[in-house]
Amino acid sequence: MSDPWSLYSEKVMEHFKNPRNVGEMENPDGVGRVGNPVCGDVMELYIRVREGIITEAKFKTFGCGAAIATSSMVTEMVKGKSIEEALQISNKAVAEALDGLPQAKMHCSVLAEQALRAAIDDYFRNHGNNSQ
Amino acid sequence: MGRIYLDHAATTPTHPEVVKAMLPYFTEAFGNPSSIYSYGREARKAVEEARARVAELIGARTEEIIFTSGGTEADNFAIKGVAFANEHRGNHIITSSIEHHAVLEVCKFLERRGFKITYLPVDEYGMVDPQDVRRAITDKTILISVMHANNEVGTIEPIEEIGTIAREAGVYLHTDAVQTVGHIPVDVEKLKVDLLSLSAHKLYGPKGVGALYVRKGVRLVSLLHGGEQEKKRRAGTENVAGIVGLGKAAELARQSMDEEIHRLTSLRDRLIKGILERIDHSRLNGHPTRRLPNNVNVTVDYVEGESMLLNLDLEGICASTGSACSSSSLEPSHVLLALGLSPERAHGSLRFSLGKDNTEDDVDQVIEVLPRIVTKLRAMSPLFKG
Repeated sequence: MSDPWSLYSEKVMEHFKNPRNVGEMENPDGVGRVGNPVCGDVMELYIRVREGIITEAKFKTFGCGAAIATSSMVTEMVKGKSIEEALQISNKAVAEALDGLPQAKMHCSVLAEQALRAAIDDYFRNHGNNSQ
Repeated sequence: MGRIYLDHAATTPTHPEVVKAMLPYFTEAFGNPSSIYSYGREARKAVEEARARVAELIGARTEEIIFTSGGTEADNFAIKGVAFANEHRGNHIITSSIEHHAVLEVCKFLERRGFKITYLPVDEYGMVDPQDVRRAITDKTILISVMHANNEVGTIEPIEEIGTIAREAGVYLHTDAVQTVGHIPVDVEKLKVDLLSLSAHKLYGPKGVGALYVRKGVRLVSLLHGGEQEKKRRAGTENVAGIVGLGKAAELARQSMDEEIHRLTSLRDRLIKGILERIDHSRLNGHPTRRLPNNVNVTVDYVEGESMLLNLDLEGICASTGSACSSSSLEPSHVLLALGLSPERAHGSLRFSLGKDNTEDDVDQVIEVLPRIVTKLRAMSPLFKG
């Protein structure tokens, strides 16, 4: 079997070893769940929003090293951002913040972006879409 | 931190005595075995001695061993060689759904060229039913190829029974014995096989060399054309040092096999017991007893294999997984799926394959470290509801 993780950057490994913001959130304002256990990746992302600003983000992820690292990174990136700013975070930005991902693992960054969008969509559903 | 290597099914360290035996054939005995002067004769003699050692290990005649570049070439040679030499008799090949890619991809290649392939299912333990083989045989069947033991889950297949059926039907039987030669007794007469693939680096020999056993009288087309090496069956100047290494590895394997089977089986069972006892929602993949002495394959629910491997690696433990996330494909192991595991369970599989330098302490270290890793990852997993 190949070993794509030998190509993981130090930053990916650092987030994998010490993931930030792990765990569930009590009464989150938005929850996004993406991926499929059949494909080996499930990401759950929770956000707390105060006056249009994401004040807190947490995650739970079933997946490979890259899936865990991108989850950790995206929760760090959204904190303190407005919903509008958070919607601008692309999968590429997440991957770049981790000093890149192996090509075969880029789908993990896509999952992180999708999880964030899903959490924001959920926030809009719960609180009315008055910011767009 | 000392490293614990538990991936011997992937490759083994070359035995120091093997390296020692090989070294002269790079330098003072560098000759081409096809040359008639002394350098050539020395190399020729070394190649033939190695051939005898390999033949001895599997109960074959010396002239029935053809050296190749490894297991993959041996599998390609056996299947394409028989297919192309017997096209006039039929175009049907029977294999199993849990073969190594070196067999499955060859079958798919032949399928695109008009051959018909039957991929036999396996039971929950990974066993092929010989009666399924019997039922699949038609008057167009020219070859059956079933592996001796599976590289992922370690299940040992009923080759002898399949051999009896193949003989009765007059169909050639090939077995990929890459995981068994040098590890458990392999006898081509007892197994009733016509072709058998083996690889040096799985038995403490060097990479880049292997062999195909071809029973006398079996018709097969060459893959490599050129010089007249290997009785015109496989052209190209012999990998003399590699072949010598394979010969030495075969000799050493013969000497240590009985003891190693006993020792490794006990380590294997200790590891299986330790993991299953200490980790809830974990289970053994493959057959509980009809399995390679060195193979442990478990599924740990709610966690993904690569993230376990990475954590094990951080603790100096080298293992393997059937999760898709450890390869560039998105599909998990075809072997685990064929055993009936759901894709999510297949993603949570771990393989530990033991070897000659592993000790009880190594096994205990895994039993100590793995539950901690699983607890950490499950705490992170949205699938785990505690």
